[in-house]
Amino acid sequence: MSVQVAVDKLKAKFGETVLAVSEFRGETTVVVKKEEIVAVCTFLKLELGFNFLTDLCSIDYLGQAPRFMMVYQLYNIGTHRRLRIKAAVEESDARIDTVSGVWATANWLERECYDLMGIVFNNHPDPRRILMPDDWVGHPLRKDYPVQGPDREPYQGRLQ
Amino acid sequence: MANFETMTINMGPQHPSTHGVLRLVLELDGETVVKATPHIGFLHRGIEKLSEHRTYHQILPLTDRLDYLAPMHNNLGYVLAVEKLLGLTDAIPERAQVVRVLLAELTRLKSHLVWLACHALDIGAMTVFIYCFREREHIMNFYEKLSGARMTSNYFRVGGLSADLPDGIEQEIRQFVNDMPGHIETYEGLLTGNIIWQKRIQGNGIISAEDAIDLGVTGPSLRGSGVDWDLRRDEPYSGYENYDFEVAVADGCDTWARYHVRLKEMRESCKIIHQALDKLKPGPILADAPKVCLPPKKDVVNTIEGLIHHFKIITEGFKPEPGEVYVGVENPKGEVGFYLVSDGSPCPYRMKIRPASFINLQALPKMVEGSLIADVVAVIGTLDIVLGEIDR
Repeated sequence: MSVQVAVDKLKAKFGETVLAVSEFRGETTVVVKKEEIVAVCTFLKLELGFNFLTDLCSIDYLGQAPRFMMVYQLYNIGTHRRLRIKAAVEESDARIDTVSGVWATANWLERECYDLMGIVFNNHPDPRRILMPDDWVGHPLRKDYPVQGPDREPYQGRLQ
Repeated sequence: MANFETMTINMGPQHPSTHGVLRLVLELDGETVVKATPHIGFLHRGIEKLSEHRTYHQILPLTDRLDYLAPMHNNLGYVLAVEKLLGLTDAIPERAQVVRVLLAELTRLKSHLVWLACHALDIGAMTVFIYCFREREHIMNFYEKLSGARMTSNYFRVGGLSADLPDGIEQEIRQFVNDMPGHIETYEGLLTGNIIWQKRIQGNGIISAEDAIDLGVTGPSLRGSGVDWDLRRDEPYSGYENYDFEVAVADGCDTWARYHVRLKEMRESCKIIHQALDKLKPGPILADAPKVCLPPKKDVVNTIEGLIHHFKIITEGFKPEPGEVYVGVENPKGEVGFYLVSDGSPCPYRMKIRPASFINLQALPKMVEGSLIADVVAVIGTLDIVLGEIDR
């Protein structure tokens, strides 16, 4: 099954939930509403054979609304096709349902996403930080988190 | 009246068999593991955050420091992702492609040698450790001749290679891979028929194909559960479709099966290296893309145009058009992927690394719960994790 067929089936099943489909360098990206993310992922896994969650991450578009974008990289081990699913998350309500019930892989990846980007996953089985210490304040991958750390002056160059 | 409480103990982060700084909190009932909870992050350096503040060329050295036992594979995954983002994938010269495959497979041998050495040492077979490191030293010497560094090679470049192969190294590599199958037989002679080795790893760390796919396990750990999937064959990159090799698969689902998968992969790597050496023809090593690739060093030091060209790329970088790509490569540990988002500036807007070891480690509790505490050591060995990649 080509990716185009999968996208058509997804559109036929979910209609309004599919917000946009784009292609870049031969990779297909589908943007869906965040409320339906678990239903979309379950459908993709069970009906369309995307049985493997390669990766999961989020992007911070600081200054834009909605601020965050969740990214799911899916893979079909049978047909070797890739598909990228995205869902926008508002800053004021930075939460999305967990997909760890669909693919167990998502457990740690969502913990990492919470740890570094501060997105909360509803119904997550183990919502702890994973890379940073448990008592860390802030989420380092956010664009408004300084690269040198929160308690240091920015690097001014060698001559100053 | 006997007391049936369980006991919780720490394994690591300084335990020698945790291969770095992995901390496992084990809940034990006698010697049986009831629950295992990995704690990671001791080596977190924020490579994804740092890369948002560097140009595309400057990120390359950071990728060496992910899986430091297979640096060339990380370089390869990263440069392939940037080349795809730039639309340069078809412009890479033939010689650069062949050298990339040649070094990727040498790196696979190097990484698998460390796996076998440490796996055997953890279980108590010290001789194998010393033999494996003897052979690994040859590959380290090749690395040093190529790039000047023994571990963090930083040898590939966006568009090709940083330098051509030094004179005479092809014969040395040929000699090495001629000898290598004999060495692998030596390791097998020491281990496969060894009754202690068999008792320790047969039936240990069982994970079914369904569970492994559900948990995202990749690489030899997945192929040891009978899933016939290898990115080199199924999504060929760097010209892997032109090589004749078999994908090693075993369906035992245990450490014994994964041991055989990796040994076969080492033999197949030798085959691929022979083919790559046969294909090696003189030619350019960098793509004809002056806005992306650095000029040859002799132009930089001899001509003002070359110097300006070099200076512009080093100081300003290059600007890919806005877009996003994901490229995964078959690292010795599993699929390592780079997801790059460009906003048209010289630095990536977001870079996400798909770490193979991080996701494979997630399967560890499933593989050890219910087995003996001594088996945890064997399972950590068979998962072949590298903490530099897990913590990033």
